[in-house]
Amino acid sequence: MKKYFLMLLILISTSVFLAAGGQQPMEDETKPMGDDMYADVRGTVVTMAGPFTDNDAVKFNESVKAFEEMTGIDIQYEGSKEFEASISIRVEGGNPPDIVDFPQPGLLKTFVKKGFVLDLNGILDMEKVKSNYIQSWLDMATMESPDGEIMAGVWGRVNGKSLVWYNKKEFDAAGYKVPTTWEELEELQEMILADGDSPWAVGIESGAATGWAATDWVEEMMLRTTSLENYDRWVAGELKFDSPEVRRAIKAMADIWLKEGMVYGGPTGIVTTFFGDAPKVMFEEPPKAWLHKQGNFITSFFPDNAVAGEDYDFFYLPSVDTAYGRPVLVAGDIYAMFNDRPEVRMVMQFFATGDSVKEWVKVGGAISPHKDAELSWYSNLVDKKVAEVIQNATSVRFDGSDLMPGAVGAGSFWKEMTAYVSGSKTLDEALKAIDDSWPE
Amino acid sequence: MSKIKEEKKFSPARFFIGFTLIFIVAIWTIPTFGVFVTSFRDSKDIYGSGWWSVLPHKDMVKTDEFELPQDTDPDAPITLEGVTATFDEWRQGLYTEEGRQLRWYGNKRARKIEVYEEKWIGFGSNLSFSNYRDVLSGGKISYEDAEGNTITRQGNNFADAVLNSLAVTIPATIIPILIAAFAAYAFAWMEFPGRKPLFIMVVALLVVPLQIALIPILRDFTNWGLYGTFVSMWLAHTSFGLPLAIYLLYNYISTLPRDIFESAYLDGATPFTTFVRLVLPLSIPALASFSIFQFLWVWNDYLVALIFLGDRNRVVTSALAAMVGEKGQDWHLLTSGAFMSMILPLVVFFGLQRFFVRGLMAGSVKG
Amino acid sequence: MNQDKKSLGSYLITLGLIILAVVFLFGGFNLLQRMQDYKVLMTLFAVFWGLGSVALLYYVLNDVAQNMPRKIRSVAVALVFAGPAVLLLIWALVLPTLRSLRLSFLDATGSKFVLLDNYRFAFTDPIMLESFRNNLLWMFFGTLTCVTLGLIIAVLADKSKFEKVFKSLIFMPMAISFVGAGVIWKFIYAYKGEGINITEIGLLNAIVTSLGGVAQPWLLVPFWNNFFLIVIMVWLQTGYAMVIISSAIKSIPEEINEAAHVDGANALVIFFRITIPYIMPSIITVTTTILIFSLKLFDIVRVMTGGNFGTNVIANEFYLRQFTYGNSGQASAIAIVLLVVIIPVLAYKVLK
Repeated sequence: MKKYFLMLLILISTSVFLAAGGQQPMEDETKPMGDDMYADVRGTVVTMAGPFTDNDAVKFNESVKAFEEMTGIDIQYEGSKEFEASISIRVEGGNPPDIVDFPQPGLLKTFVKKGFVLDLNGILDMEKVKSNYIQSWLDMATMESPDGEIMAGVWGRVNGKSLVWYNKKEFDAAGYKVPTTWEELEELQEMILADGDSPWAVGIESGAATGWAATDWVEEMMLRTTSLENYDRWVAGELKFDSPEVRRAIKAMADIWLKEGMVYGGPTGIVTTFFGDAPKVMFEEPPKAWLHKQGNFITSFFPDNAVAGEDYDFFYLPSVDTAYGRPVLVAGDIYAMFNDRPEVRMVMQFFATGDSVKEWVKVGGAISPHKDAELSWYSNLVDKKVAEVIQNATSVRFDGSDLMPGAVGAGSFWKEMTAYVSGSKTLDEALKAIDDSWPE
Repeated sequence: MSKIKEEKKFSPARFFIGFTLIFIVAIWTIPTFGVFVTSFRDSKDIYGSGWWSVLPHKDMVKTDEFELPQDTDPDAPITLEGVTATFDEWRQGLYTEEGRQLRWYGNKRARKIEVYEEKWIGFGSNLSFSNYRDVLSGGKISYEDAEGNTITRQGNNFADAVLNSLAVTIPATIIPILIAAFAAYAFAWMEFPGRKPLFIMVVALLVVPLQIALIPILRDFTNWGLYGTFVSMWLAHTSFGLPLAIYLLYNYISTLPRDIFESAYLDGATPFTTFVRLVLPLSIPALASFSIFQFLWVWNDYLVALIFLGDRNRVVTSALAAMVGEKGQDWHLLTSGAFMSMILPLVVFFGLQRFFVRGLMAGSVKG
Repeated sequence: MNQDKKSLGSYLITLGLIILAVVFLFGGFNLLQRMQDYKVLMTLFAVFWGLGSVALLYYVLNDVAQNMPRKIRSVAVALVFAGPAVLLLIWALVLPTLRSLRLSFLDATGSKFVLLDNYRFAFTDPIMLESFRNNLLWMFFGTLTCVTLGLIIAVLADKSKFEKVFKSLIFMPMAISFVGAGVIWKFIYAYKGEGINITEIGLLNAIVTSLGGVAQPWLLVPFWNNFFLIVIMVWLQTGYAMVIISSAIKSIPEEINEAAHVDGANALVIFFRITIPYIMPSIITVTTTILIFSLKLFDIVRVMTGGNFGTNVIANEFYLRQFTYGNSGQASAIAIVLLVVIIPVLAYKVLK
């Protein structure tokens, strides 16, 4: 008897689940009749995976909201801090999300090489895509697959990195002038030193990723002290770290970082200061340091009531040698497509327009690489100026460490530069260790 | 042995023991206490002074400031209130004869002097629950940094994370115990082919570092559509907890007297009813102690959650780690978040301490 | 329950149970996925469904086994009892271990056989050698300090009126996550850099400066920074050692101590001649457990330094190779080495 009772109990509870679980969603929703151009895709879901969490996830969702409402496509973005690990498994296991957001093109490149990524040529309206980006971006999205070169993705949010931030109010009050050449920058440094302060605020602590901010500096100096060809060869592993070119670049950095008094807190301060905390000393009263080189995302670590263009501003980190032009180091997110369905195409096409980052641009923290993005969207002068810097660049190069193999770009390059700056290794030892870690 | 001692009255030895213990306990507790105090402090204060400054202490307080004439040459020695020193020395701060300290403000261009005097400062009064409120709420938070600038950020939805943690932890604590108890009973009291080798395998698995298993399991989870679900966490934590659980419970269940099973069988009970009616109730101490152990482990786990749960159902440790990663050293949020993540384990621990110790003993002493 | 003849009804019931169990499992899973927006309800349901499923599963499986022909019934029942655990373990631990063993002989992407290259790397690479050295430091100093302190506290607390309070406070860190512990200790070691009129907010530097010393970036001091990290493990694990040893001390029969007292032995003699030998098995268990813990140690280093500044350990290097560098060959070799090192320690523990 007990058994029957139990069975009955389970029967009731499961039928409840079935009723709730089996019901098809969306179907019963009222479909707008008539000329709905999105009728085919309304109610569909496009899955995405990427590294956006917390603030970034909120801003991303804000910027695709209007599109979702218009088309009825539900974009489900799954953000994870260990996104690299899970995405490799999903892609290689044949179970990738529809669209993947890569903050590091290096990983995308390996997927392209193995033939997992769809070629956007022929899938998207390439006329529109191509007319909406400058050539450098298109070049950086073109990758080598088993079937030849493909357009592997479209660029979404980007960051400019070659920017030097300063506390505008105090800077002006002290009578300092924004340098436009390397010589002027050196004069400014001397002047600040003579006034008894440290010119630079630098911090490279970032938990397990400590050191990445140092590799950015090396890349800036590479772009400024040697040719673009050498930069590209270096990133591809053809030019060794232990080479005159790379040594010269690191020395240019060390001339600032390791010189007595040049950086607030000294070398130990550099390696123990969290990168987001580093610029805070510029906003102290009185300022403890005056200059801070970092990508434009750093403004979200500035005090909130600091007004862009009034309380802080930036200038382009000048060229060391004018022969190498006016290069800009950038980073950004590239969206690649793994499944071909109408709604996925539609979303990808959308990502190739400025509208896809409009809201993000408006609240700050993102620069649009799209040509149809209007400068008036930028809520502050600084973001607008960053966009201009990127547009005025003679050349744009992607953050090299993001292009190198993980063992170097997210490993030895970070670690060894940290060791070198902290003084626990000599430059020779550090360079050799990086070269040794390069996978064959 | 303690009885003999307790009858004694005050003695130097007892005093020494008490003193040593208090000293060690103080060292052990101060780190946590510091975080506890900090979690109530204002973000601005946290940057400016150590948490111990909420206690009464003597400190330098700015009482005055004055400008130097514009023609003062900062590169030459400067004389103020009878003291002559260089810029660098003034910047460090120098004491005048009246005991006041003069400090040069800013760089050489500023030409401003601040006057400090040493004063007693009472208990810090600027303590509040606002950090906790900010961490718990999902909305925007604003706070003031060291300079009085207002910073606004997206809040961390810690309340949701707590619920997620519960949804992960409770089943991931009880399921492995149940499965392990069944298995331990089978290994201890049932005859079936391969019993010994299988048991040795279970014990040998104690050595496997769980990191080895993350990638293969993740692969299966994504193929089965379990990635990011609670089920994936239950399965993973159950599997990782099983070797220890079976080992501990086997030690306990195998010592139960044989007679009770035999009389049960004679009464016509199946192994299943014997297990449910007799073995489980009898093993409560061992079950309870392991459950506490597993509860602490799962609640405090970060790695497994990081790999299998993604961002959607974020648990407490992930929420806390996200704060560390995103906001660097926003100590006021970190400390209150860290403290909140400790509350439940501490309650569980202090509440069930008795069982915990007993269970640990069951596993280790007999083993 | 009817043991002999199975009626058709009994089979039907079993069949019904199986179907219902399947429906309960999948229906519940579906429902759970839809409850994202009602967090409290979702949590309650998750707990109910998760536990219910497992209980139901065993109940149904047992029912199936009971319906088996008599000859194989007892084995079937045993399988129902031990099977789920064994299957889970094979899936989650045995197969991955074998897979790692295989991968450790293959290259970074697991496509080419490279013989012992990965093992050569594991034993010769400077970063691995550094990690081995550090793990040895952790094993030796970490374990020694934990056990010694645990023993001292257990013995002293045994003689104190406030034993419970003391032991609880020492044990408390066990309830704290590594992430939480990381926050706590970063606060102790915080360093604000060189400069003028800096107020240190890290406790250790505040103490050092108030004693007239110079503030240090503790986690950067070469070699010694390992010890600053080991302190964290000691803080976390001493409670465990103390609890076990303390219980062992309490189990020493009164008569033995009393007899020794009557013989005029002093406290020290009792301690070394009676207490220590009596609790030796417990000390060994504690030691081996903490040894294994310090071999597998990962979180503390990851949270505090990320393995930089000469503080890397084997498990962290494994994690880096596997997840950051994507080199499954080297990662697997490291894991296998780690496993082989742990086996003797564990064997000792289990055999004792």
